[in-house]
Amino acid sequence: MAEKTIGRDIAPPDLVAKVTGRAKYAEDFRAEGMVFAKLLASPMPHARVRSIDTSEALAMDGVFGVLTADEVPQPGAPNEPALTNEPLYEGEAILAVAAIDETTAADAIEKIRMDLEPLPFVLDPLDSLRPDGPNARLDGNTRIGREVQTIKWSEEDFAAAADGHMPVGQPGDEWSYGDVDAAFDAADLVLDETIVHQSLTHHPLESRSCMAYWQNGKLFIHGSTQSTARTRAAIARGLGLELHDVVLIAEYCGGGFGSKISGSTIMQVPALLSRKIGRPVMLRITRAEETYLGRARPGFQAKAKIGYRADGRVVAMELFIVQDNGPYGRSGDFRTAADMASLTYQVPAMRFGGVSVYTNTPPKSAQRAPGGGQITSMLEPIMDKAARELGIDRVALRHINVPDNDGVFGPRRRGLTSAYVREALDRGVELFGWEERAARSGQRHGSMVTGIGIGVSSFVGGSSGFDGLLMIREDGKLYVHQGIGNLGTHSIADTARAAADVLGMPWDRVEIVWGDTSRHLPWSAVQAGSQTTHAHTRANHAAAMDAKRKLQEIAAGDLGGSPGDYETGDGRVYRRNDRDTGMTFARAARRATQLGGKYSGEELPEDINAMTVTSAQALAGEGLMGVAKDTYPHEGSTFSFVVGFAEVEVDFETGHVVVKDYTAVTDCGTVLHPRSLAAQLYGGGVQGMGMARSQRWVFDPQWGVSFAKRLYTARPPGILDVPLEMKWAAVGIPDPQTPVGAKGIGEPPLGAGAAAITSAIADALGGRCLCRTPLTADMILAAVEGREQPYGPLETHV
Amino acid sequence: MNEIELLEAVQRTVSRRMFIKGVIAAGAATSSVGYLFRGPAAVFALPSIQGSVGRLVTLNVNGQQRRVDVLPQETLAMTLRYKLGLTGTKLGCDRAECGACTVLVDGTNHYSCSMLTRSAVGREITTIEGLESEDGTLHPVQQAVVDEGGFQCAFCAPGFIMSMVALVEANPNPTREETAQALSGNLCRCGDYDKILTSAMRAAEYARREA
Repeated sequence: MAEKTIGRDIAPPDLVAKVTGRAKYAEDFRAEGMVFAKLLASPMPHARVRSIDTSEALAMDGVFGVLTADEVPQPGAPNEPALTNEPLYEGEAILAVAAIDETTAADAIEKIRMDLEPLPFVLDPLDSLRPDGPNARLDGNTRIGREVQTIKWSEEDFAAAADGHMPVGQPGDEWSYGDVDAAFDAADLVLDETIVHQSLTHHPLESRSCMAYWQNGKLFIHGSTQSTARTRAAIARGLGLELHDVVLIAEYCGGGFGSKISGSTIMQVPALLSRKIGRPVMLRITRAEETYLGRARPGFQAKAKIGYRADGRVVAMELFIVQDNGPYGRSGDFRTAADMASLTYQVPAMRFGGVSVYTNTPPKSAQRAPGGGQITSMLEPIMDKAARELGIDRVALRHINVPDNDGVFGPRRRGLTSAYVREALDRGVELFGWEERAARSGQRHGSMVTGIGIGVSSFVGGSSGFDGLLMIREDGKLYVHQGIGNLGTHSIADTARAAADVLGMPWDRVEIVWGDTSRHLPWSAVQAGSQTTHAHTRANHAAAMDAKRKLQEIAAGDLGGSPGDYETGDGRVYRRNDRDTGMTFARAARRATQLGGKYSGEELPEDINAMTVTSAQALAGEGLMGVAKDTYPHEGSTFSFVVGFAEVEVDFETGHVVVKDYTAVTDCGTVLHPRSLAAQLYGGGVQGMGMARSQRWVFDPQWGVSFAKRLYTARPPGILDVPLEMKWAAVGIPDPQTPVGAKGIGEPPLGAGAAAITSAIADALGGRCLCRTPLTADMILAAVEGREQPYGPLETHV
Repeated sequence: MNEIELLEAVQRTVSRRMFIKGVIAAGAATSSVGYLFRGPAAVFALPSIQGSVGRLVTLNVNGQQRRVDVLPQETLAMTLRYKLGLTGTKLGCDRAECGACTVLVDGTNHYSCSMLTRSAVGREITTIEGLESEDGTLHPVQQAVVDEGGFQCAFCAPGFIMSMVALVEANPNPTREETAQALSGNLCRCGDYDKILTSAMRAAEYARREA
């Protein structure tokens, strides 16, 4: 029997291509006759196109055509079109020009005469809620239900803002459970804090460049996306095409972090421009353009009022969040934030209110731990403050509040599949050396003051109900078809291990089929929200169980006995009591082809998705097929957890922060791939550190234009900003409600990293929570020196 | 643009001159001229025969002499990616911020997005494609990365690997801190720095063994 693949360090099969430069990302493809597109971006944060004259541009040598907003689908408000005649943020694409090269395209854009009527704009959501404040959109400033509406607060509602406190007015969303007022009345300590969390661009290193061409009415599109099956579906839907008329090639994705979940609206531009001019079109997105088009995490301005019992137990919470929604759609971060707060601290009585306000800033989308990241980094230092005031250990305060298997969350008090956060805390205390380090908290050496931080982070760890599709071919190999994407988490390979282990297949005989929708992929989860590990170990497990049953039946039919007498392993199906009686997978695959029916995929299960049916039909007759929908039952929601611990040194003369050490311990169920898990814990932690310390937006409030549109101004963390060595561990207790026991782990490391830093910095400042991110050197220095901060307490984009 | 409407709609207190200044500061339409790919259209603008003969240069790339038509203002990254088909060298930013385009020029790591191709004439250029041996054996640095399961999305990988090659040749016995310093011109957005450092330390070990 082959060694189990789950739990071992196995390099993903695409790694050699990645280290030799052979891995092709979207901008690495070329097509015969390919030309280049450039975008004409709005110079204003909100305007209306009065007129466009492209005649001079079109007359230039080497210019092939222009695509305007009138030629792209215009989804109903408040959804985002690929090109617009009413730009709602600076940098939004108005039209595109195709030319023989980019210089010519850019020159042509300079020759376009455009008359823009400037319209009122707003950057700060609170400004839009003021009685006479501007709206970012002409049809309103928030979305309630399906409708765009307008919410304005009264001057009295804003009274609290005068002394720097979060004002609270009419919410767009609200819920509550328990007797919140009574719980606050009975509390031994009540903290009431104002929070400001910045918006920040995702900035994957690969921008969303895209190349497209058409052949015989079929669109071939090379894009950068986190998902494959779901991105093809989104492109087809967006352009009004049949699914089978779209071939998406996206084998590699240079990072997404939530900004490329199912592709990107801007992909429509090369697709439609190519159809119009009859040539392949490459649209290269610059870093500055990525700032505009590339999505961002929505910022929060919030009030967090928390009631505690003397032993540190949270007894009541009130959260009110004003969310910077950007101009389109509706971000769910603020609602998720409330759910995560309810979950992490098992709040017995809670009230949530919030409003997601449209602003003339770049569009928002999920960014790794959407909502969870923001609230974790903000609430954890407040928990520290409570521990300090109540005179109890900070770990003890977490211990008493965090969920276990009986945990519930949110207004509907839903349950969990598993939660081993206390085990993670205990392990982390030991690994980090909490006792010893906490004793150093606040110590000063020269100008450096030590701060010790802790962050407990929860996030959704999986979905279910997707399809698995695999083939055992006549070469005896197992081909696992994956409709998820290859965004760098290695889950494209790691989730296939579930199938390998069910069949006892040695890993070197497993091939992963992915990244090209002409290669017959199954319907899959979006590669986002930490769904994949859970959803696709389940789907691949189900498909492998189907294949195993078929192998057993074929062996019993040919060799005698009943199917249950047979086992699989090492590429053979053999009799349990007599290993020599059996057949190779290669032979079984040939028999499956001969037998036809369900064995070779001629007959398919009725519950699989239409896309999986099409893929399976194309593969039918080429060997033995395993195909199934994941119908494994589970009760409650699946969550993963990370506890982060950090030691920092804050320079009291400069405000500079050095992160000395970081330790992360997770409960994510069974560990599939230790080294990749470490990479998620550290990588997410590092992104969280960037969010806590440096990443930000800065806008000119007068003109509504961005000043932080490059990497050096948006400031994601570099290698010198993080500790030279970090530590990690996993609790490793399998989730009992999923066959492999594994839960997703993409998201929660971010909140843990961010919160460990915000907590550690507050600790170095003697427990003073600045309750905002990013905590830049100038802010820290002003706090150290007792000077007034150079920005207003509720001010954003500073 | 109607000045009166502009003033009324946006800000009641500003002048047209200030608005134009604001727009220029934003530079949204074509903000990154140096990043643009310049291709065959340049033919339209130049006296053809003389111009194109003057543009032909010979580059030494990965040990091969490559004749290539290069414009005076063309960057090495663009020549490699769009004229020589060497797409392993990535572009991650508009200019000199991320290091994804790092190549070796005479053994030193350079941002190829910020080097004019003409200034690389007569020098040895090595790209990620030039590290493997002819028989397909990986360079010790590449092997070290594979053995450590290095990188996540790996868009930054070619640049980091070129910087690692430069490091292990200049300093065969680096500390982890020296390694971090040597790689600090490269950005990894997945935040996979821990594994990158571990891979680089292993790379140095492999390189010492081979030396």
